Amino acid sequence: MPAGTLYRGREGMWSWVAHRVTGVLIFFFLFVHVLDTALVRVSPEDYDKVVATYKTPIVACLEYGLVAAILFHALNGLRVIAVDFWAKGARYQKQMLWTVVVVWFVLMLGAIYPVLGHAARVVFGS
Amino acid sequence: MSTTETSASGVGPVEAAYTVDNPAPVIQAPRQRTKKTPKSTRGNFEMYGWLFMRLSGVVLVVLVIGHLLIQLVLDGGVSKVGFAFVAGRWASPWWQVWDLLMLWLAMLHGCNGLRTVINDYAERAGTRLWLKALLYTATVWTILLGTLVIFTFDPNIR
Repeated sequence: MPAGTLYRGREGMWSWVAHRVTGVLIFFFLFVHVLDTALVRVSPEDYDKVVATYKTPIVACLEYGLVAAILFHALNGLRVIAVDFWAKGARYQKQMLWTVVVVWFVLMLGAIYPVLGHAARVVFGS
Repeated sequence: MSTTETSASGVGPVEAAYTVDNPAPVIQAPRQRTKKTPKSTRGNFEMYGWLFMRLSGVVLVVLVIGHLLIQLVLDGGVSKVGFAFVAGRWASPWWQVWDLLMLWLAMLHGCNGLRTVINDYAERAGTRLWLKALLYTATVWTILLGTLVIFTFDPNIR
């Protein structure tokens, strides 16, 4: 097989797998999120009670995972658009994937304090 | 074609054998639809779906990352979220339209994505049918519920 044509098992395939998995996870959260927000039509107390679970340390960790999934899906989605619409997109798909990974990593570092800071204060005390 | 000898009238020697009374046989284009082509075609649905994923994706990047910044990062992160916070934001038509657009685009984007996943992995036709029926039902109800909540929100509910 000529070099550079092997797609299976390399960056192209794994980014596709990760895009699928994160997409499905985000979509399932979206159902839950529309339902919990719908509680504002029931009563302020019921809404605040359910939103309180979003502020617990365990769910804060899940929120960090949600942010991770959304940021990867968003950045890799822009890469997919570049592959489809930019004339040189397919040629640079690997470089673009590693750019996505680096930007994602930096953003995830930046999200640690805002997303997990509250949970850390609850667990370890302020 | 440039090598074909043509007379002044533009009719080559081979074509000249055909006349009005002896027309050349019609050769069908490879993909031309004939009477034998199945009636039920999907048109350009999949192409429009592909285009929608990219257009809605670009808009959703802005809407969702803005939403994450507001809800999880700025002004104390998730700890400030509550009924009063929602009431404050939905007092503005800007955020009503933002959330409404995000709801519709995200639900349709996710629905089309999961439709693709079901088509890929559910091998039996019956399984695909029922999974997609469930998907479309859940999607329609969730979009309607979310839309109703945004349009009928009452800050003085109690």
